[in-house]
Amino acid sequence: MSGGTLFGLCAALLVGVGLYGMVANAHPLRKILAFNIVGSGVFLLLGAIARRGAAAGLGGDPVPQALLITGIVVAFSATALAVAVLLRLFDVTGSVTLSAEAPAKPDAEAPEAQAKVPQ
Amino acid sequence: MTDVLNAGLAVFVVALAIWAVFAREAFAAVVGFIAYGLLLTLVWVQLQGVDVALTEAAIGGGLTGALLVGAASRLRGTEAAARAERPRALVRVGAAALSAAVTAALAIGVLMLPDPAPTLAPQTMANIEVTGVGNPITAVLLAFRAMDTLLEAIVLVFALIGVWSLGPDNTWGGRPGLRHRADPNGILAYFARVLPPIGIIVGTYIFWVGADHPGGKFQGATIVAAMWLLVIMAGLADAPPVSRTWVRIGLAAGPLVFIAIGLMGAATAGAFLAYPDGYAKPLIIVIELALMPTLALILALLIAGAPRRPAQP
Repeated sequence: MSGGTLFGLCAALLVGVGLYGMVANAHPLRKILAFNIVGSGVFLLLGAIARRGAAAGLGGDPVPQALLITGIVVAFSATALAVAVLLRLFDVTGSVTLSAEAPAKPDAEAPEAQAKVPQ
Repeated sequence: MTDVLNAGLAVFVVALAIWAVFAREAFAAVVGFIAYGLLLTLVWVQLQGVDVALTEAAIGGGLTGALLVGAASRLRGTEAAARAERPRALVRVGAAALSAAVTAALAIGVLMLPDPAPTLAPQTMANIEVTGVGNPITAVLLAFRAMDTLLEAIVLVFALIGVWSLGPDNTWGGRPGLRHRADPNGILAYFARVLPPIGIIVGTYIFWVGADHPGGKFQGATIVAAMWLLVIMAGLADAPPVSRTWVRIGLAAGPLVFIAIGLMGAATAGAFLAYPDGYAKPLIIVIELALMPTLALILALLIAGAPRRPAQP
């Protein structure tokens, strides 16, 4: 089995593992982590396809490889934004639950609403 | 021999992914994820993507790992409540079935890929002469698909604006994170004094060598950003308030230079982001020089997070 096919199958497994983690873990941070595993699985799949496109003296097709670099950086920026949203949720409500019926501190926004008044 | 190594790598990568999903503590899961990122780097080397391997090591494993470690330690108190909310067994069985179906569909796709594989490698190598760079990845990133790289730089700026806008109103424009204090004679402060000069040289080298060999501005900028974060975490310097003029100029400079050169191409070479004959290499260097500090600034500030302290305490 060539390296491209082997790691392509490995990528398919990673996407499955990550997808399960996104649903089965209740903690949003674990969902973000699982989402990153799905993402790296997708990247690896594209990398395996790039490897199969080896030609002209190159070990892989450089166009998908360049797209992968762009993709990894953009995935990082999306993760940073997701973590920032999560930490803000924690700061405002004191919990990170995504459950609809969970109790949240209703007055937690109040001090901030006052802070909007220009000094 | 290589097959055995590859098979072993694949098994370890999948095992670490399973660990990161199933570990009881979020912190343990994140540590597993960092190890996973490092092993994935080896996989990229095996797939002949050394540029991708460098990016994965620097950003996929390193920066994402640092971000998640910070979040996991702040959210440690919320884990018990989240465990109690674990979805019911029926939902988990459904999720497992869905995941297995997706994996099976992807695996069938991998096994049915066309042979010979379609590739743009010959076209890239046939046209790389006109760009003046020797690394085909850099040629794709800054000449053939420069539009992707421009949009990526803009996405990064938008992500940072998004992160900043999540700060409380009374700290708008203030400093991100908490003031870090460390023992000034401790090992962290020692490393924060010794490593940055080395790291800045390594980062600049990786940036410069990227024109002809594996490397480039993203990987180099990540190393420079990591050095800056080290100095901040050791308490030797404070994170700048996000309203500082030099921060704002630094963030806008890279994309603006990129857009200006793109517009110049529209005027002189007939298309947005086209380079006039013979000027491709110098213009690529100007774009990279402008993007590198912007990227280092954005990557470090994305890790630092939303403003949490007023600029003037």
